[in-house]
Amino acid sequence: MNTTLRRAVGAAVIAALGVPVLAACGGSDDSGSGSKTVTLVSHDSFAASEAVLKEFTQATGYKVKVLKSGDAGTAVNQAILSKSHPQGDVFFGVDNTLLSRALDNGLFTPYEAKGLDRVPKELQADAAEHRVTPIDSGDICVNYDRAYFADHKLSPPTSFDDLIKPEYKNLLVTENAATSSPGLAFQLGTIAKYGDAGWQDYWKKLKANGLEVVDGWEQAYNDRFSGSAAGKKAKGDKPLVVSYASSPPAEVLGVKPLPKEGPTGVATGTCFRQIEFAGLLKGAKNTKGGQALIDFLLGKKFQEDMPLQMFVNPANQDAALPEEFTKFGAKITDPATLAPEKIAKNRDQWVKAWSSLVLK
Amino acid sequence: MSQLRQDLLRLDDVTVRFGGRTALDAVDLEVAEHETVCVLGPSGSGKSTLLRVVAGLQPADAGRVFLSGADQGGVPVHRRGVGLMFQDHQLFPQRDVGGNVGFGLRMRKVGRAEAERRVAELLDMVGLPGAQRRSVAALSGGEQQRVALARALAPRPRLLMLDEPLGQLDRSLRERLVVELRQLFGRLGTTVLAVTHDQGEAFALADRVVVMRDGRIAQAGTPLEVWQRPASEFVARFLGFDNVVEATVSGERADTVWGSVPVPAGTRQGKCRLLVRPAGVRLLPAAEGLPCTVSGRTFRGDHVVLLLRPPNGPELEAACDLRGAPEPDARVGVGFDVNDVVVLGPAEDGTTA
Amino acid sequence: MVLARPEVDVPKRPKRLSRQTAVRLGLMALPVAFFALFFAYPVSAIVARGLKDGGRWQFARVGEVLGDERIGHVLWFTTWQALASTALTLVLALPGAYVFARFDFPGKQLLRAVVTVPFVLPTVVVGSAFLALLGRGGLLDELWGMRLDTTVWAILLAHVFFNYAVVVRTVGGLWAQLDPRQEEAARVLGAGRFAAWRRVTLPALAPAVAAAALMVFLFTFTSFGVVQILGGPRYATLEVEIYQQTARLLDLPTAAVLTLVQFVAVAVLLGVHARTVRRRETALKLVDAAQTSRRPQGPAQWALLASVLAVVALLILVPLVVLVLRSFDGPDGYGLAFYRALASADDNGGTFVVAPLEAIGNSLAYALAATGIAIVVGGLAAAALTRRAGRLVRGFDALLMLPLGTSAVTVGFGFLITLDEPPLDLRSSWILVPLAQALVGVPFVVRIMLPVLRAVDARLREAAAVLGASPLRAWREVDLPLVGRALAVAAGFAFAVSLGEFGATVFIARPDNPTLPVAVARLLGRPGELNYGQAMALSTILMLVCAAALLVLERVRTDRSGEF
Repeated sequence: MNTTLRRAVGAAVIAALGVPVLAACGGSDDSGSGSKTVTLVSHDSFAASEAVLKEFTQATGYKVKVLKSGDAGTAVNQAILSKSHPQGDVFFGVDNTLLSRALDNGLFTPYEAKGLDRVPKELQADAAEHRVTPIDSGDICVNYDRAYFADHKLSPPTSFDDLIKPEYKNLLVTENAATSSPGLAFQLGTIAKYGDAGWQDYWKKLKANGLEVVDGWEQAYNDRFSGSAAGKKAKGDKPLVVSYASSPPAEVLGVKPLPKEGPTGVATGTCFRQIEFAGLLKGAKNTKGGQALIDFLLGKKFQEDMPLQMFVNPANQDAALPEEFTKFGAKITDPATLAPEKIAKNRDQWVKAWSSLVLK
Repeated sequence: MSQLRQDLLRLDDVTVRFGGRTALDAVDLEVAEHETVCVLGPSGSGKSTLLRVVAGLQPADAGRVFLSGADQGGVPVHRRGVGLMFQDHQLFPQRDVGGNVGFGLRMRKVGRAEAERRVAELLDMVGLPGAQRRSVAALSGGEQQRVALARALAPRPRLLMLDEPLGQLDRSLRERLVVELRQLFGRLGTTVLAVTHDQGEAFALADRVVVMRDGRIAQAGTPLEVWQRPASEFVARFLGFDNVVEATVSGERADTVWGSVPVPAGTRQGKCRLLVRPAGVRLLPAAEGLPCTVSGRTFRGDHVVLLLRPPNGPELEAACDLRGAPEPDARVGVGFDVNDVVVLGPAEDGTTA
Repeated sequence: MVLARPEVDVPKRPKRLSRQTAVRLGLMALPVAFFALFFAYPVSAIVARGLKDGGRWQFARVGEVLGDERIGHVLWFTTWQALASTALTLVLALPGAYVFARFDFPGKQLLRAVVTVPFVLPTVVVGSAFLALLGRGGLLDELWGMRLDTTVWAILLAHVFFNYAVVVRTVGGLWAQLDPRQEEAARVLGAGRFAAWRRVTLPALAPAVAAAALMVFLFTFTSFGVVQILGGPRYATLEVEIYQQTARLLDLPTAAVLTLVQFVAVAVLLGVHARTVRRRETALKLVDAAQTSRRPQGPAQWALLASVLAVVALLILVPLVVLVLRSFDGPDGYGLAFYRALASADDNGGTFVVAPLEAIGNSLAYALAATGIAIVVGGLAAAALTRRAGRLVRGFDALLMLPLGTSAVTVGFGFLITLDEPPLDLRSSWILVPLAQALVGVPFVVRIMLPVLRAVDARLREAAAVLGASPLRAWREVDLPLVGRALAVAAGFAFAVSLGEFGATVFIARPDNPTLPVAVARLLGRPGELNYGQAMALSTILMLVCAAALLVLERVRTDRSGEF
């Protein structure tokens, strides 16, 4: 037994001594093969098929290394903090609610990506300088539980105005705008709709109509919402939830055969559009590779892979949507939007006002 | 003292202080090769500290320790080659008996077969043959002591130190072990420095006895010397002699509160403290000598100790035969035998007037 | 007896002392370097970045932030919920510690492993499972129509759920080794059963209880996920606030002030803790744990065992079982659909975010590396701290605990801005994750090892030294076997913590080899039954991996106990 112990201690010592050596190896691996590797920095939700990334390597000779950390906000803030020594070549995942913070901090080098002409104008937020390239968009909308409204012989809400009507009392759960990205987007949607003067008034009514606020999307959608598969198991009792327009297609994912109609739907008049951008990081070691990667992110291959990987809509109009999206996704024609500059200027103050209004 | 014979251990002016308290105060001590020395003293007299200094477990504030003539300053504990048997054994609870006894051999990289042979031999010697695989937690106090002894002896230390070696054992076991140990050390030629508070143990075991008091050496000598001529009232009282009285010597008699007491020829004249050993207190018929009342009687197996109250001064202890011992409250006369009268030196004794 | 006395010119004591000091400093070198580089430097850099504006220190900011009424509320809530959670955990878990230490019953090892499982599960997973107990349609709701999911009770009970094992393992580990005869001696002296426990056992246990309480308090004081999920937006702890200010608002000045506040609070706590422990710590008589436990006797002991098992079943097993059930509750009824989905990577055009086998491998590799680092760093630190001395050393003791009281986001962001230049550009190295995990593991190792190391009788070490063992050898021969059990417990904790660690991992930009908790969180962050089901399936796998690892550990414990 003694020898076992001795061996264990020995191994631990070796492990401790080995640490700096291994760390050094890890470090050198990065800088040494800089020209052959292109590093993508992103948030934790970034996902791509192995096969698609392989295709990029085959086409360009660059290997993609992906560094992920935290949610979108965390990732952007980390990129800003480390801008003097950027962690990689390309950053993906800054959205229109955070874009100004990134641009004001001079995070990106301008680059006009190939294929930008196939991206609708309204998605091109930095069309003049091309510091960032739109990659995808997604709408944050109220989702509803079809079964609930059928059972109660009630038509689901379709607009912000509907949500404060008495027939929808105590039905909506949303996320804390201070801690959750869809929560913030939903608030921005109301600001876009009712303006600086009216949005607080709207929220007062929403609160009076029995709004529930939870901290994160996971709790709202997986625990409180009665329409999602997870929510059903958790005996969720809120038939309305602030989520994504792409959530209904996700609900039928893996269901075979595909049903005629998904269990959830989207209140199309309650949407706020989020656009995600990618940009070439200033100080990138591999500028050429980074540019190639941005081109690739906007290319058809990646754009068609993206919807089922990240549940977003491709920015490239040529990309075909998967069946789940075309059949179960809602067509959002006129989502609310706000200029990134305006968001940047007012966001903190809006969130503070919202917190003291809604959370108290 | 001449340096012809090499001292195995020599302490030279060793002082140890714990905060304001001096545990060892400029102690000089030699232990010759093959000699067994017992340090005797009440608890708190610095005996254990002495052993710890020699072992290197306790740094000395001043002075030096020499082993085989080499200064041990800067030599760490494990390189001193001494053995120490702790008072409460300190057997390693996670090892069996064999593991404990063989520990020192393993530290000295003795081969496995050789070590096993030595362990078996030592266990035979201490009377626990075949106990190698037993758990130390399951041993009795006496057995633990034997294992501790075997463990200390196993590496054949040049100096074996024992801290209250027989402390917690019952009397008969202790008396038997003392004899066994003495024989064992004689046979092995081990040099021993032992510490005890039990005079019987010390006298039975030691070639030489060192009595300590408050960090200093009060007296050193053979057991017989110390027993017969305690150097001070402290030593006398520590040895259990309480018949001590103030005296003024003139000629071959001394004047005391107990009356006139004979003293050996050549005693220094004038004031001193006087000890009369209980054996030297003779009972006389009631009308003769110092009139006393028997105030207590203690049975001691082969003799009786009487406590006698004289008209003046402290009570006297007298040893007498079982037969004819007076009853309590009896009146007796007392005389003194010059052979058992010891004049105590005034040195090292604060109570001497 | 006249001897020539050469002048003694070199005083021996200072020389010896300096050697001891040198040994201690040597032992401390690695832990100190580790903490300086991977904790103190990153954290102070991010705090300094926040408080320094244009090269000038902005101390006015401190007053501004602290004057904010909302921050005051956050501070108050953080403190009282942590105190309440700690008290509740101790009340519910101390009987459990006793039962695990002193009773033998079938399935004890398995149960001890199972109660530790919650500790390593990501809060996102457990939060939703816990709702099944306290929430709408949950067990309490069905039985008594009681819902606790939006009350503070949900937070407190979830904290008990998470920290039950901390108390059972830290206190129970020592309790099992206390000599029951000490209590028997007190009984013979006329003390009642409870009085004997209070006067004899409790004082002996006090250091372990204090250590456990400190851990629980630190965990609950810095609680993040539990508060967010079960408390809702109305309840925010300091940790949540720091996260928002740093990760969302990038308001580094405010975050810096809050981090400092958290530091001060944790430092005060550690100071108080150090004082009380030092006063109470005594050399303990430790015995073989296997000899102290026996089957319960009499109705009172059986009742105690039953009530402890009931608490464990209700509070710990029910949420875990719900989790497992959900992982089987597929679209076509109960089955292995979600597990099959995990296994077939190309299903549905790659909805799959992580190869689960790979995530398990990643998790194990990271956790092993982190455990190795934590055991070496923490073991060396504990060895250096064994002999109490000097204010410096005590300060070091407290320093080691600080990471537990530091927000993961602070450490993660600190790493980002400090470890960014060669030779220390570790930002994209895999080693960063185990390093961050070890930061959390080291305090466990030190806390668990230290009381036991200090309880080892110094004279045993002396006995070994006299028999020829060098200090290092004596430590290895005497201390190590005696503290082997504690070492195993410490390693287990470090491993479990690393396995379930989420906060630091998620804030560190890392090459894409996610750990199980990260993979679970990713799946949960996506809509759809398949994703949710896969998250549950992966959580169940995480649970099993963890329980298996802990069970192995239990085996090691019993094997070794034969030697004690």
